[in-house]
Amino acid sequence: MYRRTVMQLAAAAVALAAGAGMALAQDTIRLGAAAPQTGPLAGGATVTHWPAVRLWVHQTNEAGGLQVGDRRMTIELVEYDDQTNPQQAIQAAQRLATQDQVDFMVAPYSTGMNLAAAPIFAQLGYPMITGTAVTDQQPALAQQFPNMFFVLGRTSVMAEDTANVLVGMRDRGEIGNRVALVNVADAFGIEMAGISRGVLESNGFEIVYESSYPLGTQDLAPVIDGAKAAHPDAFIAWSYPGDTFALTDQAIVQNFAPQVFFTAVATAFPGYAARFGDQIEGVMGMGGVNADDPAFQAFAQAHMEFAGQAPDYWASAATYATLEILGQAIEATGSIDRATVLAYLQDRSHEYETILGPVNFNENNDNERYWTVGQWQDGVFRGVAARGRDGAVAAELFDGWN
Amino acid sequence: MFILITGLLLGGTYALIALGLNLQYGVARIMNLANGEMLVAGGFAAFWLYTAGQVNPVAALIVIAPVAFVANWLIYRFMLQPLVKRAKSRGALEVDSILATFGMSFAFVGIMTWAFGGGYFNYAFLAQPLEMFGSSYAQNRVVAFVLAVVIGGALWLWLTYSRVGLNLRAVAVNPASASLVGVDVRRASALAFALGGAVTATGGALVSMFFTLDASVGVLFTMKALIIIIMGGVGDIRGTIVAAVILGIAETAVARLIDPGLTLAAAYLLFLLVLLFRPAGLFGKARG
Repeated sequence: MYRRTVMQLAAAAVALAAGAGMALAQDTIRLGAAAPQTGPLAGGATVTHWPAVRLWVHQTNEAGGLQVGDRRMTIELVEYDDQTNPQQAIQAAQRLATQDQVDFMVAPYSTGMNLAAAPIFAQLGYPMITGTAVTDQQPALAQQFPNMFFVLGRTSVMAEDTANVLVGMRDRGEIGNRVALVNVADAFGIEMAGISRGVLESNGFEIVYESSYPLGTQDLAPVIDGAKAAHPDAFIAWSYPGDTFALTDQAIVQNFAPQVFFTAVATAFPGYAARFGDQIEGVMGMGGVNADDPAFQAFAQAHMEFAGQAPDYWASAATYATLEILGQAIEATGSIDRATVLAYLQDRSHEYETILGPVNFNENNDNERYWTVGQWQDGVFRGVAARGRDGAVAAELFDGWN
Repeated sequence: MFILITGLLLGGTYALIALGLNLQYGVARIMNLANGEMLVAGGFAAFWLYTAGQVNPVAALIVIAPVAFVANWLIYRFMLQPLVKRAKSRGALEVDSILATFGMSFAFVGIMTWAFGGGYFNYAFLAQPLEMFGSSYAQNRVVAFVLAVVIGGALWLWLTYSRVGLNLRAVAVNPASASLVGVDVRRASALAFALGGAVTATGGALVSMFFTLDASVGVLFTMKALIIIIMGGVGDIRGTIVAAVILGIAETAVARLIDPGLTLAAAYLLFLLVLLFRPAGLFGKARG
C-alpha cells in the first residue's frame, strides 16, 4: 500500500512538474498500462506483470529517465485494471490513448488479453511488445498487426521441448515409456496436450492415462488417483495456477511420485516454492530462466527490494524486457513519436540488450531465443531446455516428495 | 471405497460452502450473491492468522466466526434492512437483494484486493496423508469434513429443537404468519443472516487449508452454493447437506470412472433432474 501511495505521490509530483513546464517542453513520457488487478487472472498478473512494469519505471526514473535526443525524460505510469475482461481491456486502451493521451502503452497480461487488445493497439498506432503472450499464430498476427511483437516464445515449441526432455531422459535409459498426460480443459491446455501427445507418441511413448478437467477445478484427487493407478514413468499436466497447486498437493498426499513430475503455469512462481518448500526438488514446469546469469540475479534482487516479493522464474523477466526494448528503441531514435519508434522496432537488424540476454525480432516479429522448460533444483527454478539461450542445466530425475 | 470417501470429503466441502447461504436465503430471504466473497474473506483471515501468527486455522475459527457474525449483522442491519422495509412483496425483496448483494460482491473484491493484493494465497496446514482402507487422503480435508458434520449437525439440532430455532423456521415458512404469533421477524432475519455469514466465513477458513484462493475467486463458490441449496431445497439444512454429499460423490465417481472433464456436466445434469422431478428441491415443500 505504502508503495502505491508513493507512486501516486510521485506521479502527482511529476504531473505538477509537467504542468508547470508545459510551456517549455514536455519532459515526461506518459506510459499507459492496463492489466488485471481483479478477475480470474489477477493472481498471475500480481506475481508477474505489475511488479515488473512498476520496477522498470521506478529504476528508469531513478536513473534520471530516458535520454531522448538532447533531453532526459522521466516516465509517468498510468495504470488501469482491465478486470481480466477483454472488453474492459479494449476500453482501457482507448481511454489511455484518447483521455490520458499516453505516449506508449505496456502490452496487457496473458495470451488471451493480448489477442483481445491487439486490434485496438494496431488501430491506435501503438507499438505492442508482449511479454506474456504465447501462441502459435505469430506469423498471421504479425501480418495482421505489424505493431505486435512477441518476446516469450511459441506454444508448440514449449510443448515440443517438454516432450523432448522426456525423450532425452528415456534415450539415456533414465525413464521408461509410460506417460500420464492431463490438462485443464481450455484452449491453452487442449492445444499443449495435443502437441505434446503427438511428439511423445511419434517417439514411441505410451500414453497410459489421459484426461482433462474443467477450468477452475481444485478437487483433483480423482485425477491423481487415476494417473497413479496407471503407473506412469512421467506425469505431465498442462495446468493453471490453482490446479497446479492442487495437483501437487494431491500428488504429495497420495505419494504419487513418478520419475518426471511436470506442472505448467505457476510452477515457476515463488509462491510454489513457498507453499511446498523442499518437497518440490526435481519438479519440472513451464518456462525457466538462466538463474545463474548475473543480469537475472540483479533483476530478482531489485524486484525483491522494490516489490517485497521475488519475480517468477519465467515471464517476470520477459515482461521487464519488453519495457527495456521499448526504452532502447526510444533512446535510439531520440524520439517519442510512435511511428518513428515503431519503424525502428520493425527494422529487424536491431538487437536489444535485456535481462534475458540479447533479443531481436525475426520476420514474424518473433523473438527466437527463449526458455521452454525449467526444473526446481536446490531451491531455484533453473532452465533445463531453451531455444537459442545458453545456461541450460541437465534435467534430473524426480526422486519423490521428501 | 476411494470414490466414496473422496466424494464424502468433497461433499463436506460443498456443505461448508452452501450452509450459510441456505440460512441467509431460507430465513432472511436475502439471495446473497456476495456469499463467495464472504467465504474468501474467511479464508484470507485464516491465511493471515496462520502466516503472521502461526495460529492453527481450526483454532482461528474462535475469532473468525464471531467477527463474521458481527460484520454480517451490521451488513444486514444497515444495508439490507432498508430493502426489507421497502419491499412490497417477497419477489421484490429478492430482486432488490440480488442487485444489492451483487454490487456488494464487487465492493468486497475491491476491499480484499486493496488489503491483501491480487495474488494467490495458500499455506500448508495438515497437508499430510491419512491412510484409510488402503488409500491416502489429505488430513486437512478430513478435518474440514468432520467440522462440516459438526456444524451441519449442530445447526440442524438447534433449528429443530430450540426455541429460537423454531422462530427461525417459522419465519422461513411464512414471515407474515410468524409475526402474528409473536415472532420478531426482523430480529430473526438479522440473526439468520448473521449466522449464515459466520458459517460461510467458517467454511472459508476451513476451505483455505486446501484451496488456493485469490481476491476474485469468490464467484465460483457462490455458483456452487446456489446449485446446492436449490437442489437441496431452500430453507432446509438437511437438504443442503444431502445435496452437497450427492454432488460430491457423483462428481468424484464421474471423474474417476468416466472422465474428470465431465464433472461439471454431471453436476448440472443432476441439478436439471432434481429441478425436473422435484422443482422445490429434494427437501423443499411446494409453496402455494
